[in-house]
Amino acid sequence: MTTQTLLTRRHALRLTSGALVVPLATLAPWAHAADQAPDALVQSLSAQVLETLRNDKSIKAGDIDKIVTLVDKTVMPHVNFRRMTAAAVGPGWRQATPEQQGRLQAEFKTLLVRTYAGALSQVTDQNIVLKPLRAKPEDKDVLVRTEIRGRGDPVQLDYRLEKTPGDGAGWKIYNLNVLGVWLVETYRSQFAPEINAKGVNGLIDMLVARNQANAK
Amino acid sequence: MTKAQCRLQRGGAILLLSTVLAVSGCASGPNAHPEDPFEPYNRSMSRFNDGLDKAVLKPVATAYEDVTPQPVRTGVRNFFANLGDAWSLVNNLLQLRGEGAFNSLVRFSTNSVLGLGGVLDIASEVGVTRHPQDFGMTLARWGAKPGPYVVLPILGSSTMRDAVALPVDLFYSPIGLWEQQTARYSLQALRLVNQRANLLGASSLLDAAALDPYSMTRDVFLKLREKNTRDVLPDDQEEDGDDGKLSDDYE
Repeated sequence: MTTQTLLTRRHALRLTSGALVVPLATLAPWAHAADQAPDALVQSLSAQVLETLRNDKSIKAGDIDKIVTLVDKTVMPHVNFRRMTAAAVGPGWRQATPEQQGRLQAEFKTLLVRTYAGALSQVTDQNIVLKPLRAKPEDKDVLVRTEIRGRGDPVQLDYRLEKTPGDGAGWKIYNLNVLGVWLVETYRSQFAPEINAKGVNGLIDMLVARNQANAK
Repeated sequence: MTKAQCRLQRGGAILLLSTVLAVSGCASGPNAHPEDPFEPYNRSMSRFNDGLDKAVLKPVATAYEDVTPQPVRTGVRNFFANLGDAWSLVNNLLQLRGEGAFNSLVRFSTNSVLGLGGVLDIASEVGVTRHPQDFGMTLARWGAKPGPYVVLPILGSSTMRDAVALPVDLFYSPIGLWEQQTARYSLQALRLVNQRANLLGASSLLDAAALDPYSMTRDVFLKLREKNTRDVLPDDQEEDGDDGKLSDDYE
C-alpha cells in the first residue's frame, strides 16, 4: 500500500467516525448542558490517547510513569474504577475493610495500567471507528462499540458506561471488552480461586507479587 | 508407504492421543472448572508447551521478527492467510454459507492472481472481508458441542471437538495437500513460526495481565471460540444490548 492511499484511507476513516459522532452529540436528547453523549466521550478519549501516543515517543517506548500520568489525567476521570474493582473481586468485596478495598483498587489499577502500557507500545497506525449506538435516549447504562483498525484484522473494543447521578457528572466507563472478552468477568474468575483459598489479603499479596514481577 | 497409509498413520497418532486424554485424570474439588475436567493433564501439557515455547518457538519467532524486514513478514502472513481463505471457502461451502463462500472465493482468486500467489492482500484493500472458517466450526454448525477444554502438544488450546477436527484441517487444507513432502513440512514449519511471531505481542500481554496465565488463557480461548462459533450458528442473533452489564454489584 502506498503512503498516499494509506493517508486517504485514514482520512476517510476519521471522516466516517466523525460523521457518526457529530450528529449524535448534537441531536442526542440526553445531551444536558455539560453531559457529553457516551459514544462521543469514548471517541474523544480514544482520540486524545492516540494523539498523545503520536506525539510522545517515550510513551510509545513504554515509559511507565508517563503512561500512569496519561491514564490518570485522561482516562481515570471517566472510569468508575471502584465499581470495576468491586465487581471483579465479587462477594469478597463486601467483607473487605475500607483499607483493603483501597489497596485492591490501587494494585488492580497498577496491573491494568501496565497491561495497557504494553498494549500501547504495540499500537502503530491504528484508528478507532465507532459503531452505531443502539441505546435509547433514556438509557442510563449503555454499550459503546468500537473497532480498532490498522494493520491486520480489526480489533473489537467495547465499553460499558453508566450515567452517574446529577447533572454534569457525565458518563463513566465500568467495564471493557477486548476482542469479545469482558474484563470484569475475566478478572472475576482470576480472583475467585485466590479469595476462596487465602481471603482478601491473599489476593492483595498475589496482586502485589504480580506487579513486582511485571516491574522487572 | 503410500500417501494414504501415511495419512492413516498420522490419524492413528491423533487417535492415540485422544485415548491418552480420555484416561488421564479428572479434576475434582470445589475449584474444578466445568469445561475443564482434564485440568491436571492440561496444566502439565501447558507447562510442557511453555517450556518448548521458551526454548525453541519463541526464540525462533523473535529471531524471525528481528532478521526479516516487515514487508517480507507481511507477505508471508498474507500468503498463509490466502491458503486459509481457500480452506475457509471449502468450510463455508460445507456450512452452506453463501456469502462467506463467495467472499472467500473472490478473496482467494483475487489474491492468488493479482496478489502474486497471495503475497499481497488486494482483496482486503478493496474491502472484501475475510470469513475465516475451519473444520471445527463446520462441525459446530451441524450441532457438535465443543466438549471439554484440551491443551494439545505444541498447538496449545483447543476443545475436544476441535481436536477431532484438527486432522482434517491439517491434512486436507491446501498445505496438507502439497505433493512434495519436504516442501510440505517446510511450509508447515514456516506457518508455525509465522503464527507464533504474530502472537508475540499478545502472549507477552497475557503473561503480564494474568494472575494465573493457564486459567486466563483457557477462559479467553473458550470465550473467543464460543463467540466465533456462535456467530456462525444458523439462528444468527443480533448482539445483546446487555452484553457486559453487571448483574450483581458488590459495592
